[in-house]
Amino acid sequence: MAMAIRVFLLLLIFLSSAIVSFSLYEDQVGLMDWHQRYIGKVKHAVFHTQKTGRKRVIVSTEENVVASLDLRLGEIFWRHVLGTKDAIDGVDIALGKYVITLSSEGTTLRAWNLPDGQMVWETSLHSAQHSKSLLSVPTNLKVDKDYPIIVFGGGYLHAVSAIDGEVLWKKDFTEEGFEIQRVLQPPGSSIIYVLGFLNSSEAVVYQIDSKSGEVVAQKSMVFPGGFSGEISSVSNDKVVVLDSTRSILVTIGFLDGDISFQKTQISDIVEDSGKAEILSPLLSNMLAVKVNKRTIFVRVGGEGKLEVVDSLSDEIAMSDSLPVADDQEAFASVHHEGSKIHLMVKLVNDLDTVLLRESIQMDQHRGRVHKVFINNYIRTDRTNGFRALIVMEDHSLLLLQQGAIVWSREEGLASVTDVTTVELPVAKDGVSVAKVEHTLLEWLKGHMLKLKGSLLLASPEEVVAIQELRLKSSGKNKLTRDHNGFRKLILALTRAGKLFALHTGDGRIVWSMLLNSPSKSEACERPNGINLYQWQVPHHHAMDKNPSVLVVGRCGSDSSAPGVLSFVDVYTGKELSSSDIGHSVVQVMPLPFTDSTEQRLHLIADTDGHVHLYPKTSEALSIFQREFQNVYWYTVGADDGIIRGHAMKSSCSGETADEYCFSTRELWTVVFPSESEKIISTLTRKPNEVVHTQAKVNTDQDLLYKYVSKNLLFVATVSPKGAGEIGSVTPEESSLVVYLIDTITGRILHRLSHQGCQGPVHAVFSENWVVYHYFNLRAHKYEVTVVEIYDQSRAENKNVWKLILGKHNLTAPITSYSRPEVLTKSQSYFFAQSVKTIAVTSTTKGITSKQLLIGTIGDQILALDKRFVDPRRTLNPSQAEKEEGIIPLTDSLPIIPQSYVTHSLKVEGLRGIVAAPTKLESTTHVFAYGVDLFYTRLAPSKTYDSLTDDFSYALLLITIVALVAAIYITWVLSEKKELSEKWR
Amino acid sequence: MAPILRSTSLLALLVCQISLLFFASKLPISSGSEDSYRITGRVRIPASTVIGHAAKFSNIKVVLNGGQNVTFLRPDGYFTFHKVPAGTHLIEVYALGYFFSPVRVDVSARHRGKVQATLTETRRSLTELVLEPLRPEQYYEMREPFNVMAIVKSPMGLMVGFMVVVVFLMPKLMENIDPEEMKSAQEQMRSQGVPSLSSLLPASR
Repeated sequence: MAMAIRVFLLLLIFLSSAIVSFSLYEDQVGLMDWHQRYIGKVKHAVFHTQKTGRKRVIVSTEENVVASLDLRLGEIFWRHVLGTKDAIDGVDIALGKYVITLSSEGTTLRAWNLPDGQMVWETSLHSAQHSKSLLSVPTNLKVDKDYPIIVFGGGYLHAVSAIDGEVLWKKDFTEEGFEIQRVLQPPGSSIIYVLGFLNSSEAVVYQIDSKSGEVVAQKSMVFPGGFSGEISSVSNDKVVVLDSTRSILVTIGFLDGDISFQKTQISDIVEDSGKAEILSPLLSNMLAVKVNKRTIFVRVGGEGKLEVVDSLSDEIAMSDSLPVADDQEAFASVHHEGSKIHLMVKLVNDLDTVLLRESIQMDQHRGRVHKVFINNYIRTDRTNGFRALIVMEDHSLLLLQQGAIVWSREEGLASVTDVTTVELPVAKDGVSVAKVEHTLLEWLKGHMLKLKGSLLLASPEEVVAIQELRLKSSGKNKLTRDHNGFRKLILALTRAGKLFALHTGDGRIVWSMLLNSPSKSEACERPNGINLYQWQVPHHHAMDKNPSVLVVGRCGSDSSAPGVLSFVDVYTGKELSSSDIGHSVVQVMPLPFTDSTEQRLHLIADTDGHVHLYPKTSEALSIFQREFQNVYWYTVGADDGIIRGHAMKSSCSGETADEYCFSTRELWTVVFPSESEKIISTLTRKPNEVVHTQAKVNTDQDLLYKYVSKNLLFVATVSPKGAGEIGSVTPEESSLVVYLIDTITGRILHRLSHQGCQGPVHAVFSENWVVYHYFNLRAHKYEVTVVEIYDQSRAENKNVWKLILGKHNLTAPITSYSRPEVLTKSQSYFFAQSVKTIAVTSTTKGITSKQLLIGTIGDQILALDKRFVDPRRTLNPSQAEKEEGIIPLTDSLPIIPQSYVTHSLKVEGLRGIVAAPTKLESTTHVFAYGVDLFYTRLAPSKTYDSLTDDFSYALLLITIVALVAAIYITWVLSEKKELSEKWR
Repeated sequence: MAPILRSTSLLALLVCQISLLFFASKLPISSGSEDSYRITGRVRIPASTVIGHAAKFSNIKVVLNGGQNVTFLRPDGYFTFHKVPAGTHLIEVYALGYFFSPVRVDVSARHRGKVQATLTETRRSLTELVLEPLRPEQYYEMREPFNVMAIVKSPMGLMVGFMVVVVFLMPKLMENIDPEEMKSAQEQMRSQGVPSLSSLLPASR
C-alpha cells in the first residue's frame, strides 16, 4: 500500500515540474511569430569590394534606409531607418571606411562606420532655399591632410572634412539664384570646377580653390534658348545639356576656364526627331538620349562633335560606366524578352565589343528593370568578371552573376499599403499535403527531448535539436486549413502594385502577382495598388469556387485618375479578370449584401459625386434596388472641415452612364468652424467586428446596454495653430475636440474638448468604445483617453418582470432615426511614449477580453489590456469591483516590458497593425507592417480553450503507463500480503 | 472626467520654472531667417548591462517631438538636433532593452537658445542634458531553473508534501506506539475488515 503511494508521489513530483507557461520565454521566439527585415526600393548603390574579406554593397532606398548588404548572400549587415522627412539624396563611401549619406534636401550629412554602421559624425549644413542637392566625394583630392567632401544643397556649396565632419569652407550661392548641376574635379589639381545654371538660361562655371573655397575664376555665358535642366557629364571638362525645347543638345566645354557652347540639332543626327530626354546613366565620352522611345547612344568627340553610335528600340536599363583594365570603361545594359532578361556589358569606346552577354530566366513576373548597378572583379584567369545589381519594377533587388540570380530580395514588401487575411483551402481526402508525422518512435523521441528540455536536463546540443524541432513543427506550415484557424494567408498589397500571399506559419511567400493594366495604354502601364477587399468568400453556396479578392488600383497618383479593378483568386494567385472602370475612385464601400455566388456588392464613389455598383450583374442590381433607400454614405472633407452625409437619389443621367451608376443627394452636413477647428483624424468601427454581448453587468448587479452602432464616426479636430508639430504652440493656443457622429443622421452624439492639447491623434474604435492618444501641452506628456458609450433608452429593461410580461422594448426596431439617449463615460491617463498606430485584437465571437496593440515610435508593439483603459477605474475600488477585475486608478498607463508582443525585435518604420480572428476563440492573428514585417498569434486572456504547443504528450503517456504499471505491481504486492496475513 | 490628473500638470510647470538650471547650449554659427537653435545632449547607459542586451549605440535613436526629427548617437554618446525653434519640445530616446523617460526641453528665445530640461516621468529637472535609462527592460520571462522550493511551494507541491508526511512519517509515528496497543488496534481493525486494494479490484475476487 505504502509502495503504491510512494510511486504515485514520485509521479506527481514529475508532473508538477512541467510548468505550463503563458508569457513568452526566450526559447519560444519563433514558435508562433516571424519577423522579416527589408530595406525598400533601392535608389543608389555603391559597391565596396576592393579589399579582401567581406564584400558588401551600400544602398540607400526610397524608405529612407541606408544599409550595408552582404554581396554573397544578400543579407543585411546593418541598416538605419532615417526619419520620415529625412529622404536620402546621395550615398557614397569616403576614405574607404565611412559611408557618407546626404539627406533632407542636402542639409544633413552623416558618416557611418562601414563595418558596423555606427554613426561617426553628423553635420547640419545651412540652407536657405529648396534646391536639388548634390553629393560629391572626390577620390583623390587632399587638402592639408584632410579629404573634403563637396556638398551642394539649399543654395550653399560646402566642403566638409571626411574625417570629422567639420565644415572647411562654404560658399553662398543663394543671392545669384544659381543652381549647381555638376561638380567636377580634374585629377591632380586642387581646383574644383562648379558648373551651374543661372535662371536656367545662363551657364556659369566657377573655378574654386579646394583649400579655401575662394573663387579663382568665373566664366559665364548666356544661352538664349534656355536649358531644360537635364544634364549629362561626359568627361572631366565637358557636359551635354538639353535646351528647353528638348530638340537641341548643347555641349558645354569648359577647358581651362573657357566656356564654349556647341549646339547640335537632334534632328540632324537622328532621323526621327521628337522630344528628347537625357537618360541618367553617366558614360564616359558618351551619353544616352531617349527620343521617340528609342535609346540613342551619342558619342561626344574631342571638339564637342556629336555622333550617333548606336540606336536601340528596346526598353533598356543602363548602369553608369566603370573603368575596367587598359583605360577602358564598360557599362551594363539590361533588356527584357518574355520571361528572360538579357544582361550585356559593353565597352564604352567600342560598342561592338561585348564583354559579357548573359540571359537569365526570371522565376516570376517582376516587371521591367528599373535600375542597374555593376561592379567588376578580376577572375582567376585575369579577365574581368561582372556582377550586376538590378532593381525591378516590383521593387525587388537581384544580384546577377555568371548567368544566374545569386540572390534576390522582395523589397516590395517594405511598402505594404493594405492587408487582408484569407483562408487556405480545405484539405481534401486522399490528398496528403505534407508528409504524415514520421513514425511513432520518432514522435516519442521528439517528445522525450522536449521533456528533457522542460526539466532543464538537456545538454546544449539537445537544446538546439529541441529548438529546431519546435520551429519546424510539422503542422505549422501546411498549405491547408487547420482546425484552429492558425494557418491562414496574409494578403499584402504593395505600393509597386504587387500582391503577396504570405503564410502565417513561417512567413514564406506562397504566391505573388504583379498587377497588370487591363488596357495596354500609354498612360497606365502599371496601376498603383490602393486597397484590397474581400470579393468572394464562399462558405454556404458556391462552395466549388475559390475565394477571391478585389484589388482597387489607380492609374497615377492623382485622386481623379481612372481606377482599375482586378479580381484575384486567393488559392492560386491568378488574376481572374481585370477591368478599366473608366471613372475615378474616391471611396470603396463594401455593402452587407452578397449575390447567389457570394460575391459581395461594392459601391465605388467617384469625384463627380456618383456611385457605381459592382459587380455589374442584373442580380446585383436587383438586390441593390431592394435596399436602395437604406444605403447611406458619408464623405469627410478634411481641407474645408465639412463632413457630409449622402443617400442614393436616382440613376445617373448622361450619355455615358449605365444602369449601375447612381446619383446621390446630400442629406446632412456637419461644418466645423475653420478658424478654430481642423479635422485631423476620423475613424469608424471595423465593419466585420463581432460583438458578443450588448449588455454589461456592473458590480452592483446593475445593467448597462452598450451603444453598439456600425454608423458611428469618431472625429478629432484641433485648432489650426495646433495642427503642426509639438513645440510649435503654447498650451493656450491649442485645443483638441473629439466628436462622435452618427453617419446616418449627422447627429452629434457626444463632444469632448481637451484644452491645451494637440495632435497627432491616433485612435482605435471597437464595440462601444474609442481610445485615442494625443499630446497634452500643459503637462507636456502624451495622454490616452477612453470614451465608452451606453444606450440609456433601454436602461429600463432591467426588470425581469417586464421581460416576462413583455413590457420591455427589446423587440422594438433599432433605427438611427430615433433620437438615442446615450450615456458616455470617459477617463484619461498619461502614456510615456509617442505612438505611431493603435489597433485592437479581434476574436471570432468577441467573448475574449480585448487588448490594445500600441505601435510605439520605438517601432515596438505593446499589448495593453483593455482593463487598464476602463472608465470605471477608481482610486479605491470596492471589494466587489476588485473581484470583477477593476484595477485601481493610476495617473499613467503601465508599460510592462514583457507585454511587448514584438519582444526584442523592432518593426522598423512601423505603419500599421492588423488583427484577425482565428477559429479558436481565445486567439488572434496580429500582423504588423512597415519597412519590416512581423507576425504573431496572441491570446489576450491566455489560451483557455486549448493546450499550449508546449504541452508534453509524452509526459502524459508516460504517466499513464507508469500509473497502470504501479497499479498492477501494487495489486500483486497487496495480494501477496493479504495471502501472508491469511496464513498467519 | 479626470480632474485628478489635470492638477498635476500645474505642478510640473512650476517645477520647471523654479528649477532654472541651465546647461551650455551653443548658439548656431549663424542663424538663418528664423531663430533656430541647437540642442546637444548625451545618452549614457550604465556599464552593467542586462544579460543579452549589449548596449550598442548604433541601435539607439533619439526622437524630437514624436518623429519630427530622428537622430543617432555618435560613438561617445552625444547627439545634436539642429535648427530647433525656440519653444517647448519633447525628446525621446529609444534603445532596445531600456526604458528612457521622455524629456521636456525648453529652448528659450530670450536667453539666446538656453535650454532647460525636465524628465516628464519623474519630474526631475536635469542640470545638463545627460539622459540615462530609468530602468532596463527584460522582454522575456525568465525560465526558472529547476527549483525544488518552487515546486514545494506550488499547490501541487503542498499536496505532495502533505502526502509525503502521511506516507513516510505516519509509519514512524506508528512505531512509537506501544506494540501491545498496536496489536490490539490491529485486531480490532481486522475484525471490522480493512478494505485492501486487492479486494477493491474485481480481478481479486
